[in-house]
Amino acid sequence: MRFSIYRYNPEADDKPRMQAYDVALEPTDRMLLDALVRIKAHDDTLSFRRSCREGVCGSDAMNINGKNGLACITRIADLREPVQIRPLPGLPVVRDLIVDMSQFFKQYDSVKPYLVNNDPPPEKERLQSPQDREELDGLYECILCACCSTSCPSFWWNPDKFVGPAGLLQAYRFIADTRDQATNERLDNLEDPYRLFRCHSIMNCVDVCPKGLNPTRAIGKIKDLLVKRTV
Amino acid sequence: MVKREVVGAHYGLRDWLAQRITAVVMVVYTAVILSVVAGLPRMDYWQWKVLWQTPVVRYATVLVILCLLFHTWIGVRNIFMDYIKDPALRLALYVLTIGALVWYGVWSFRILWSA
Repeated sequence: MRFSIYRYNPEADDKPRMQAYDVALEPTDRMLLDALVRIKAHDDTLSFRRSCREGVCGSDAMNINGKNGLACITRIADLREPVQIRPLPGLPVVRDLIVDMSQFFKQYDSVKPYLVNNDPPPEKERLQSPQDREELDGLYECILCACCSTSCPSFWWNPDKFVGPAGLLQAYRFIADTRDQATNERLDNLEDPYRLFRCHSIMNCVDVCPKGLNPTRAIGKIKDLLVKRTV
Repeated sequence: MVKREVVGAHYGLRDWLAQRITAVVMVVYTAVILSVVAGLPRMDYWQWKVLWQTPVVRYATVLVILCLLFHTWIGVRNIFMDYIKDPALRLALYVLTIGALVWYGVWSFRILWSA
């Protein structure tokens, strides 16, 4: 099977290049990650991140034939040859398919992705009704692979100012949590032409999310709450 | 000056909401004015002139032009926010845009009242 893979070592190379690989796959190679591991067995200079190899850790996010996704849950059989593999767009390349995620995590950190509750902790746990808990479905499953934020043009142009779909999904995850007591502070934190309103609802994030989540809907709900709070 | 990333202007909701409301106003106006024009007994200069001299049409059009200008301002400013990194250049472009939009507004009102 033929692959064309982005190669770049900033310490040695002047500029990035695409390298062609022709690999004989085994019948057990079902996912793109299997193929990459096989390529790496022949050429150990190829660098990429991977860990759980089953779509849970979010390490092997990359741009596959022009669309962001996780290599470990992308079926080889569905890919058109030569398979073009590039690093996630918009983030600085550390080496080959490895990108520097600092900016992405900085934005994630900026929404305070943890429960804020100043009441003394109960003996066992803070309870929620099943209905209240349901609101968190489609939010808590995010694995922070960055497929969404790095497919968002608003995040490409303003990664330092726009929180991005992943960060905003997590922001809403805590706004929606009935156990959280910082809703107003969270909304204050987001009411900004850059932090929230760079989202123009083009839904690239929804298109690529390997977990099938919908950041655009979460962003819409944040906007709804801002409207409710104001009018 | 220290190099600090500053965000948190605490506005944006009003503009986002206004862009949606003005869009609805423009859609409704477009539908109504098209059906009114389609319902004219004849399509000639005098019918056209009478249409634009009718006060309700005139004032509704003024309202729509104001909506259009505000809608455009928000949209164009969004484009500058996305792509223009230098604050001084962005501010200059804002001023130019506001100037152009005010000019367009005055021009359209002159056209309306000369009908």
